[in-house]
Amino acid sequence: MNFFHYASPATFYPLAGRIARACAIAAAVLTAGGLYLAFVVAPSDATQGEAYRIIFIHVPTAWMAMFLYLVMAFWSALALGFNTRLSAMMAQALAPTGALMAFLALWTGAFWGRPTWGTYWAWDARMTSTLILLFLYLGVIALRHAIVDPRRADRACAVLALVGAVNVPIIYFSVRWWNTLHQGSTVSLTAAPKMAATMLAGMLVMTLAAWCYAIAVSLTRARGIMLERESGAAWTRLAVGTA
Amino acid sequence: MTDFFAMGGYAWYVWMSYGAVALVILVESLAVRARLRRAADAARTAAAAPSAPAARFQPATGDS
Repeated sequence: MNFFHYASPATFYPLAGRIARACAIAAAVLTAGGLYLAFVVAPSDATQGEAYRIIFIHVPTAWMAMFLYLVMAFWSALALGFNTRLSAMMAQALAPTGALMAFLALWTGAFWGRPTWGTYWAWDARMTSTLILLFLYLGVIALRHAIVDPRRADRACAVLALVGAVNVPIIYFSVRWWNTLHQGSTVSLTAAPKMAATMLAGMLVMTLAAWCYAIAVSLTRARGIMLERESGAAWTRLAVGTA
Repeated sequence: MTDFFAMGGYAWYVWMSYGAVALVILVESLAVRARLRRAADAARTAAAAPSAPAARFQPATGDS
């Protein structure tokens, strides 16, 4: 299979539509199953009561916020290195969803922190670095709107996205490097999870749902961006069915 | 059922969290679909008037 076949908007536009539809359906099914696990199957927490149920959306949104930034940086690197316009459009499409995920991670964290730690907000290492992540996303979006020529905006945003990527490992390791308020990781790749199996299952299903949602929504946004930026090109006439 | 929504006294925290996520999902989904529809309409208009100056270097107008 030739991967470069889908490197142009003309061939990727219809494929993105099919992937987005499949992921949207998967996201809906997984969310329904995940919420069932989260609210019906998983038991109350021994120390936190029902407040811990925020974990089922807090952890997936926080993971997605970090992961989407890395994906955005990856497409930015391709856009800078190979000057491929579709890579830049993908990076552009990911920024708003990443910003919303970062916002939700902070928001749900605040509403979890208040009953368990006694405060909505503290200048804790992880919380502060996640706030910086949100500002980086907003900075990338604002920078794009500040530059009229889309190709120049692509390069400027790619540089900012790549420089900002240094913040992602800082967030990830913040709970180890600085002993402030946020707890260490309960689930990691290197150790057995320190939580009940049904809680873990609910969290993982919700994480998969968040993945599918992010793919569906950012590919749909990417399709809009492709049409906006290539309006008048021959392929867009075919794509919207007027040729 | 009332017990369920009371969330053992943590209703405010749990439902503010889930409510915000639900609201963001709803608004973002509708916004990206509206943006795609607008872009498709604009592309159709551009295709119907082929002599018009190419719009491909026009900046995007919204980042929904």
